[in-house]
Amino acid sequence: MDELLGEFLTETNESLSQLDQDIVKLEKNPEDPELLGVIFRVMHTIKGTCGFLGLPRLEKVAHHGENILGKFRDGEMAVDEEAVSIVLESLDRIKDIVDALGQTGEEPVGEDSDIINKIEAFIDVRLHGGAPTVAAAEPEEEIVMVEEGETIPAAPLDSIEEEIDFTPIPADQTRAAVEALESEEAEKADTPVEETVEEAEEDEPAPVETKAQGKKTEDSDVKKEAPVVAQSIRVNVDLLENLMTVASELVLTRNQLIQLLRQQTDSDFAAPLQRLNHNVTELQEHVMKTRMQPIGNAWAKLPRIIRDLANELKKDIELVMEGEDTELDRQVLELIKDPLTHMVRNSADHGLEIPADRKKAGKVETGTIHLSAYHEGGHIIIEIADDGRGLAVDKIKKKAIENGVATAEELGNYSTQQINNLIFHPGLSTAEKVTSVSGRGVGMDVVKSNIEKIGGTIELFSQTGKGTKVQVKIPLTLAIVSALIVEASGERFAIPQISVLELVRSSQEGENRIEEIQGSPVLRLRNKLLPLVSLSKLLHLEGGKELYSSKKKNKRKENDLRSGIASLQKEEKRLMEAIEKEDNPKLKESNIKKLEEIALALSDSQEVLARLTEENSAEKHTIKEEDPPYIIVTQVGNYTFGIIVDQVYDTEEIVVKPVSPILRHISMFSGNTILGDGTVIMILDPNGIAQQTGEITVGDDTSASMGTENGKRRTRDDSTSLLVFKAGSGAPKAVPLSLVGRLEDFKVEEIEVSEENRMVIQYRGGLMPLVPFAQNYSFPESGRQAVLVFADEKRSMGLMVDEIIDIVDEQMKVETSGVTPGILGSAIISGKATNVIDVGYYLSQANNDWFDTKSEQAYTDGQKRGKRLLLVDDSPFFRNMLKPLLEVGGFEVITQQDPHEALGFLEQDYDFDIIVSDIEMPGMSGFDFASSVRTKEELNHVPIIALSSHATTQDMDRGKESGFDNYVAKFDREALLSAIEEALSHTKAGEAA
Amino acid sequence: MNGYMEKHGEIGKVAKTTDFVTLRIEDQLFGIPVLQVQDVLGDIKLTRIPLAPKEVAGSLNLRGRIVTAIDVRTRLGLPARELKASEPRMSVVVEYGSQLYSLIIDSVGEVLSLEDSKFERNPATLDKLWLEISKGIYQLEEELLVVIDVAQMLGSVHTDDKMSA
Repeated sequence: MDELLGEFLTETNESLSQLDQDIVKLEKNPEDPELLGVIFRVMHTIKGTCGFLGLPRLEKVAHHGENILGKFRDGEMAVDEEAVSIVLESLDRIKDIVDALGQTGEEPVGEDSDIINKIEAFIDVRLHGGAPTVAAAEPEEEIVMVEEGETIPAAPLDSIEEEIDFTPIPADQTRAAVEALESEEAEKADTPVEETVEEAEEDEPAPVETKAQGKKTEDSDVKKEAPVVAQSIRVNVDLLENLMTVASELVLTRNQLIQLLRQQTDSDFAAPLQRLNHNVTELQEHVMKTRMQPIGNAWAKLPRIIRDLANELKKDIELVMEGEDTELDRQVLELIKDPLTHMVRNSADHGLEIPADRKKAGKVETGTIHLSAYHEGGHIIIEIADDGRGLAVDKIKKKAIENGVATAEELGNYSTQQINNLIFHPGLSTAEKVTSVSGRGVGMDVVKSNIEKIGGTIELFSQTGKGTKVQVKIPLTLAIVSALIVEASGERFAIPQISVLELVRSSQEGENRIEEIQGSPVLRLRNKLLPLVSLSKLLHLEGGKELYSSKKKNKRKENDLRSGIASLQKEEKRLMEAIEKEDNPKLKESNIKKLEEIALALSDSQEVLARLTEENSAEKHTIKEEDPPYIIVTQVGNYTFGIIVDQVYDTEEIVVKPVSPILRHISMFSGNTILGDGTVIMILDPNGIAQQTGEITVGDDTSASMGTENGKRRTRDDSTSLLVFKAGSGAPKAVPLSLVGRLEDFKVEEIEVSEENRMVIQYRGGLMPLVPFAQNYSFPESGRQAVLVFADEKRSMGLMVDEIIDIVDEQMKVETSGVTPGILGSAIISGKATNVIDVGYYLSQANNDWFDTKSEQAYTDGQKRGKRLLLVDDSPFFRNMLKPLLEVGGFEVITQQDPHEALGFLEQDYDFDIIVSDIEMPGMSGFDFASSVRTKEELNHVPIIALSSHATTQDMDRGKESGFDNYVAKFDREALLSAIEEALSHTKAGEAA
Repeated sequence: MNGYMEKHGEIGKVAKTTDFVTLRIEDQLFGIPVLQVQDVLGDIKLTRIPLAPKEVAGSLNLRGRIVTAIDVRTRLGLPARELKASEPRMSVVVEYGSQLYSLIIDSVGEVLSLEDSKFERNPATLDKLWLEISKGIYQLEEELLVVIDVAQMLGSVHTDDKMSA
């Protein structure tokens, strides 16, 4: 295609999308002369350039469009919806022609008299109220005719002269002419245009001069506030890409030089290299910037889309855009353009209701789509939120069942968030009818995969009746990243710094030692267990450093051997004594034979022991010299884990290069790069590693994320540490770790059976009752028994389980209440359905006086789901016990241990439906706490329930005085639940009244 | 020179020829069209790629570009060669799908201009692994030359035994 034409097309496309936006804006502010001027000029530029390039069809349409705009500008016609629609229609025609032009390089054959006549008629009706008098005329004539008396503001002459090369070199010259034409017009040239066009047709380079002259004679009436033309030039993208590549190579070379310099402490090169380093960094930054574009570019089309949609769907839609200036890499921008458009369309089409429905729902008639973008730590966050009806959970369910994505049964166990996430599933669109807007075969699944392709994540939050919010998180750039260089099994790898939280150097003993649970390494990091993965193992590399525990195994072997030898020696002694006493010569002989055998075995064992001891101590010695492994604490989403590596080097700026297609299937790598020393190195993909090794917990508590829209600040509760164990048959069991006092491993022989057939064990100077997990539990005759010890200040009990599996940190969402006694419900833990046990049940089994109540089916009521409850109790035991219980009852439970702190907490976060408080607490009694709560206006209506171990009538009266709504004995779970229910129904009734 | 004449067709009626870089693995002669060969490398420093298909020997840096090295012996199902210390590991660099690959072979020989008329299709009895990468055979006076189909060879790498490290 003609180079000139190509440039015209790029420019026109850009101007057209700008026009779309501006005309919609104009409809809202019809009186804005500046905006009108801008629009007019853009249309005029298109027309002018068309004439110049010999595109008569395009020119004609543009001309007529300009005609209407001229009338607007001159105040002859009012700007209203009808007029704007006509202008938009002509713009659409221009777009069609330009598109065809882009494909074929030629103007398509066709007739535009329909639109032209429409425009003419429209003008006629508006101005004279009559029928159209002029049919489509020859373009040249029209130009002369219409342009008469019309002027275009001009730029100051000198700025034009600066930009224009007057030497007539045909090709370049023509381009310069076109550019000049635009820049001039953009700067409000005050030149009669017919002259330009006519001249242009005669002689290509001429218009430049003509215009220049024209400007000399006519002085400009430039507005002072005129927008200054951006100081920018058009650069071929390929050129920029090349520049980027070269800059990247330069970065690599610099890295190489720096590496060399490090080996020579005293070098003359140090100073110049320092400068080079500085400059290269700067160059790199600038080159990166050339690739950056404001996200507004991707949004430019949206106002028009929304306007058309609003008209078509008969909805009132306001599009609010925020952070349009947020810049991101061009490459990334291109990739997210379509997904974004799709999501905004979705919001308008499915999310927002029609005005009547909105009114019914008590909302303002105009629906708002809020589009925002901002930077956050190397990522850009884009949010698309609407205040519509939210996702239709039932429809999604129905669709999911229809399409066989999930069964009704499975769906029953899904949380709302999980159901919402189903819309990312391929082939699940909830739009019932396929409008021209939706149902274009692009689903949210495509959106998701497109975003994930560029290393982004997408999260969806929806609240029925309140709206939907989609949050997209994408990396700023795909090109240069800062990476940490690590080594495993002698191979080096790069890991993007952005996902590295911290580095921990493990040690053989003490705080940072690596421990193992059933072969899975873990690290205690600031009292939290961090799951670890060994990079060597992950990548099937051999010869990684041995972990501490394997040495321990050797040590154990040594110990076993020692005890074996000891028993052999005992036997030897016994035999010797027997031989001495024995009179029967035959027996004596056989004993002597046995003794000889034992002596032989003994000497063998001792030999082995000696070797093992030597080995062990030697190993210890060498290991002391060797560095213990390092742990890279990595975060992916909200999953934190540690990667064990042998060695950590420094960080380097690396240029991410895609791996060869034949290696793309390896999810562990996100790319490769060349290091400073020239070697190729693979870049690890933390996402891939996380997926390979464990779970990524995506999705969140919806109410917490939507919280800002409720106008109240909400704080999030952290995840719970859970102890996962095996006991009885079926799914693994879990219990909040905080409830467990200790983990013990008793010898079976030590367990005693009391007269009432109860099992007890002497433990810490007392007798501790032991409860089997299941009634029919038969514990082994010998060996060891794993026991979870639960204890509060006075009492303790042990729960006998088969095996302790793991300790995991997870947001515990107990899904259903089980009917099985002793099981609170089930939750997904480490991707497995796990039964959460009801500690209360076992406590009451162990000590009848611990609780009075029997285990009842736990309380569930759909209505209570999502209610927030504040629990204030100084005893961690009860806090931890009540929390899962109340959560099963459908409450979001926030716990506070100190009433003072609780009051402070309530200052910031007062969005609670109910408060449950202990009475006897150090520092401040529950009575005082309740009175303080009652003084706060926001909390006036919130019911407060007292919990106490002694519930006398006196206490109850005092409680009511202080502001408690009810008074419940501490161990009466059932009473507590019904009290809560009662209190809540009161408030509801109060509100209704 | 035939190649010259091929390019300037007016000169004489010479049979149409194609130039091949010859390679050798074990005792077999192979050829790759010279226009496909970007480079011939002597000793190369390879970075191992964990989890890669077994014929991927690693990657290397060729003037700032990352090149994936393919061990042709492994691709052909031949055992690894014992390298003598003095012997450099030879490889030829080819481009496929805008990516560079270095094919590790035993040795690189001269460039031959072969008449197109001497080209024959693969004998049907050829080993399956070989059939996959061979475009056809040239009959030379002393021996046979197997033409390596670069696209076939590289295109089929990722399709089989994915995760074998």
